[in-house]
Amino acid sequence: MGHTVLLTVISLGSVGLVAALILYFISQKFKVYEDPRIDQIQEALPGANCGGCGFTGCRNFAEALVKADTLDGLNCPVGGASLMTDVAKILGKEAVAADPLVAVVRCQGSYEHRPRTSVYDGVKECSAAHYLYGGETDCHYGCLGYGDCVRACNFDAMYMDEKTGLPVIIDEKCVACGACVRACPRDIIELRKKAKKDRKIFVSCVNCDKGGPARKACRVACIACNKCYNVCEFDAITIKDNLAYIDSFKCTFCRKCVVECPTNAIIETNFPPRKVKAETVEEEKKE
Amino acid sequence: MLKTFPTGGVHPPENKLTAGCKIEILPPPKSVVIPVSQHLGAPAVPVVNKGDKVLAGQLIAKAAGFISANIHSSVSGKVLKIDSHTDTSGYKQTAIFIDVEGDEWVPEIVNGSDPVKEIKLSPEEIVQKCLDSGIVGLGGATFPTHVKLKVPAGKKCDLLIINGVECEPFLTSDHRLMLEKGEEIITGTRIIMKALGVEKAVIGVENNKQDAISLLERLAGKNGDISVQALKVKYPQGGEKQLIKAVTGREVPSGKLPLDVGVIVQNAGTAYAVYEAVQKNKPLVERVVTVTGKTLSRPGNYLVRIGTPVSALIEAAGGLPDNAVKIISGGPMMGKAIGNTQVPVVKGMSGLVVFSGGETERKQYGPCIRCSKCISVCPMGLEPYLLMALSQKVLYEKAGENRITDCIECGSCSFICPAYRPLLDYIRLGKSAVVKMKREKSMK
Repeated sequence: MGHTVLLTVISLGSVGLVAALILYFISQKFKVYEDPRIDQIQEALPGANCGGCGFTGCRNFAEALVKADTLDGLNCPVGGASLMTDVAKILGKEAVAADPLVAVVRCQGSYEHRPRTSVYDGVKECSAAHYLYGGETDCHYGCLGYGDCVRACNFDAMYMDEKTGLPVIIDEKCVACGACVRACPRDIIELRKKAKKDRKIFVSCVNCDKGGPARKACRVACIACNKCYNVCEFDAITIKDNLAYIDSFKCTFCRKCVVECPTNAIIETNFPPRKVKAETVEEEKKE
Repeated sequence: MLKTFPTGGVHPPENKLTAGCKIEILPPPKSVVIPVSQHLGAPAVPVVNKGDKVLAGQLIAKAAGFISANIHSSVSGKVLKIDSHTDTSGYKQTAIFIDVEGDEWVPEIVNGSDPVKEIKLSPEEIVQKCLDSGIVGLGGATFPTHVKLKVPAGKKCDLLIINGVECEPFLTSDHRLMLEKGEEIITGTRIIMKALGVEKAVIGVENNKQDAISLLERLAGKNGDISVQALKVKYPQGGEKQLIKAVTGREVPSGKLPLDVGVIVQNAGTAYAVYEAVQKNKPLVERVVTVTGKTLSRPGNYLVRIGTPVSALIEAAGGLPDNAVKIISGGPMMGKAIGNTQVPVVKGMSGLVVFSGGETERKQYGPCIRCSKCISVCPMGLEPYLLMALSQKVLYEKAGENRITDCIECGSCSFICPAYRPLLDYIRLGKSAVVKMKREKSMK
């Protein structure tokens, strides 16, 4: 009895030993060196795998960070500047400050502003509708309202406003990962520079039609009248394809263009009420 | 023996309400809007300016590149403007607006109806004539005909098939054309045969058009060069690959063209247009459009100038019924609903079907019950349920591996699905994405 046990222990033990040796040598032979900093950085990253940095996931981004010579152009929009300073510390490189961004919806074509001229009864997805036809309104550039962007958002930062039929972005939650920008088949959503107190001034329209048809399709369409362009002192406004565009990096928030816009296509948000404007209007009246 | 294609297919109710209605000629409207892109390929480039006087049949936009087609004015009058206009897709595109004044034609065009049988032009001249006259495939795909008539070096074509199937429910424009312009279609077929240098042509007609079959058989004569093949009624027999399989038994491999099995398919309407261009010098400026629907008071087949607003056609058919909810350009299976009645008639518009309340609404769809009906009806042997799922999940690469680009968008799967799943909606989306992906890859 004791003999059998001994024999079993010895034979199994030697098989195990041989296997362990083989495995050891193989693992040594095929060893892949991985920078331990990759794991460190990955731990520091938010782990949302949102793709906002332009890489397929946080791990890929961490690898790219370790490989990169400078951190210029590499930015995690979710973590922001504080995270990038931490990452720079781990890598011993210099952090390059990137401007925080925020997504904005450039369409005001609500049910009220943009009359519906046909009814779509296909699949309720923007991508399908966009491929099939121009949309329920006469504006073939604006929001379709089936919420592809909302479904794409990983951070609960968007919802569809049932009253207007348009998506709304919650500024505090938006991390500017760009998922909604990629989901929108009409390029309506744009990432713009985040300003103090979430102030925003932008042309909330993407209609490239001429003024007449654009206005007919939607009451708040940009008609490319050039008024904003003429009033802007900072070269922030460009007009292309019958559409005005305000560069968020050049805009100084002087708000002159907002007043000029005859169709209210330029919108301002999170500003205090305009005291100055009321006074000037009164002065003009007196004169 | 009646032939048909072996894989898949469905039998939607035929509803050929206008099969007995003679083709009526619709007078030119007050103004026309002629889009510069009515064909597959690059949009044509306008060669007229605002204020120019044009004659009917005059070239107004020139083909841009090899796969493109000339556009001619369908009326005489003055060019009002060149501007964007909503087309059947619901998107805006460049169009030439012409105000009609009188009805003067370019003098070289022969506007009589007596058939000319003798073919004087050489094969090269025929191809050139088709290019000059802006002939495109009138079955719906609007592929420029001159491209199809040039057999590339190294390829051989031994058979021409004329597609007189018209398997779409409701539509009867080709049927009427075959009945009323049979002689011309036979001559047109001989012209195309001469251009291609083939000895044999088969006209494929479904068995529900007995009158057309016997008429064409009689007109084709006993030469033996043109024969008429009666086909069992089954949708989508008018699909190019399905028709080839039904008539010859040859199968066009995935991703290949009919020419790879030695066949060229042309629509019966195209054969007529080729006849008009070659024998009568008449460019493609008008076409037969079936205007139909159960609630229309005077459905019929109308010979109409390209660029006429759809509203004029519906007016001719008795006006839009009060309870109308949908107008479809093309047939009910493959056609596309149009967003407004101001869109113009284009070269590829074979019919307008008006649906009224209750005839057309889409039901709420349920989950897939794995009945595999979509697989059994797919004429291309695809798995529609799978392609839909892949498209929905944005797995385009996998959809490409499952031959999504082979889909001919016939809609048999959506038609048969007992859970009313929007199979084709998603497949179409996925197909477009895969095509785009492939194009981007080939660009690199």
